[in-house]
Amino acid sequence: MIISIASGKGGTGKTTVAVNLAASLENNVQLMDCDVEEPNCHLFLNPVISEKKTVTTPIPEIDRDKCTFCRKCALICRFNAIAVLKNAALVFPELCHSCGGCTAVCPENAITEIGRELGTLEKGRKNGIDFVHGILRVGEAMSPPLIREVRSCFDPDRINIIDAPPGTSCPVIAAMKGVDFVVMVTEPTPFGLHDLKLAVEAVKLLNIPSGIVINRADMGDDGVREYAGHENLPILMEIPFDRKIAEVYSKGRLMVEEMPEWKEKFLDLYRRIEQSAA
Amino acid sequence: MKELVIISGKGGTGKTSITGAFAALSENRVLCDADVDAADLHLLMNPDIKRTTDFIGGGIAVIDPEKCTGCGLCSELCRFGAIRANFVINSLDCEGCGVCVDFCPAKAIDFPVQKCGEWFISETRFGPMVHARLGIAEENSGKLVTLVRREAAKLAEKKNIDLIITDGPPGIGCPVIASIGGASLLLIVSEPTVSGIHDMERVTRLARHFKVPALLCINKYDLNPDQTSAIEAMAQKMGVGVLGRIPFDPIFVESMVQSKTIFEVNRDTDACAAVKRLWEGIMDHPAMTTPANPFQQIQKSRISA
Repeated sequence: MIISIASGKGGTGKTTVAVNLAASLENNVQLMDCDVEEPNCHLFLNPVISEKKTVTTPIPEIDRDKCTFCRKCALICRFNAIAVLKNAALVFPELCHSCGGCTAVCPENAITEIGRELGTLEKGRKNGIDFVHGILRVGEAMSPPLIREVRSCFDPDRINIIDAPPGTSCPVIAAMKGVDFVVMVTEPTPFGLHDLKLAVEAVKLLNIPSGIVINRADMGDDGVREYAGHENLPILMEIPFDRKIAEVYSKGRLMVEEMPEWKEKFLDLYRRIEQSAA
Repeated sequence: MKELVIISGKGGTGKTSITGAFAALSENRVLCDADVDAADLHLLMNPDIKRTTDFIGGGIAVIDPEKCTGCGLCSELCRFGAIRANFVINSLDCEGCGVCVDFCPAKAIDFPVQKCGEWFISETRFGPMVHARLGIAEENSGKLVTLVRREAAKLAEKKNIDLIITDGPPGIGCPVIASIGGASLLLIVSEPTVSGIHDMERVTRLARHFKVPALLCINKYDLNPDQTSAIEAMAQKMGVGVLGRIPFDPIFVESMVQSKTIFEVNRDTDACAAVKRLWEGIMDHPAMTTPANPFQQIQKSRISA
């Protein structure tokens, strides 16, 4: 089982749902933080990190002695990551998408691949929960390859919960593609609704069953509920606006620990996900 | 011309509401929504769209089954796993590198350019606005951000307006990098939570990495005064000026519901007073008052190229 917690709009409560769902399941669960630009799950789970590795993506390095400046590499590169002048071949590492076209096309075998650091992958554990997250290097633009690296830690014997990044573009797709179920966390405001609609479109495109969690459910207006009814989107859970919940979150604590009545509610959320995913 | 870009690292800290409030406080400005992935500023501005233009991204490979000999070279070369066993390309996986197109011995692979979204020039009650909508699941968000910012600058120049207020995206990746390059000043909107501090620290490092001046404000500061102090201490350590604190106020949600800025809902609130002080602090900052740094101009033209 693999569940993605997504939202469209940022700050609606993805991390809250992901960490509390994982903590309520206690055992047999792996939490995968795929919001690699701003990973936050570890702040709530405080896992003991046992494994750490640098994740890189291959980029070309051109051997000046072998290069004949034929420009074939620059011509094949759709990302303008290579410029060949009369007597020099320049690589712009940050523009490279690691397609390997230049290496394949070079008639002189003058190109080898070196790594550009994308970020760090860390694995750990807290109580019975396995934990993995990616931390994008500050200054690095491309997050999807790092997200895929986090996803590669998928454990088929466990319930895998993914905390996805906000938005609807390629990083989100990388965090949702091929999962069994998507939980969309939203808030009942015009911004929440607008971005929920975008997230629903993305989920439809990927053809994944989904449902919504309404956070700060007693603020705003009825737009989100009306839309959910219209779209036949199951409302899996509602979390009210409560200063205590906001306070627990602000300190990096878990709702299911500080307010134990929530544990059963999150377990119930999981049961509903299971039913809807089946 | 000056450009203020509002960013946050963490999502949902109040970027768009504050951008809207600044629109109401300023006199002559172009508004720009650089959160092309999940744009929301138009929900406060009700723009009257004057011009819609397609945003054309790169190509996506398409195999012609008539010409394909099934040699398998394309799937051998494709590093993105986009070519299925039956030689059909999964467009969601295609990175648009065109390597298969160039290598196909049967020349069976076409590479049509894709419409990846749309961008708009609009009129609002607060003046002109440039905004966009990236298609679902699309790449190239950074390119579209660069495009809307460049168009906002062009529009400002044409209309003789010397201020652009840009609502930025969350995170620190591609669209954020495209949003901050060459900006006059960044306002980082944080919130007093462990996530807020963590994400503010990373986005501040990003600003420093690209050498763009930044200031910090803390929204909903009274939800956790201890965390507010911790953010301010962190900002001081990192050499970022703390410009102000905004109290938690339901007026922000109310303004969204009414499609208005907070100043149009109720001016006489502590939140409005705090945002007004923030705005005055920004406009008094040297980055907004001194003539543009020639280095930044060069950087901007390089990014736009």
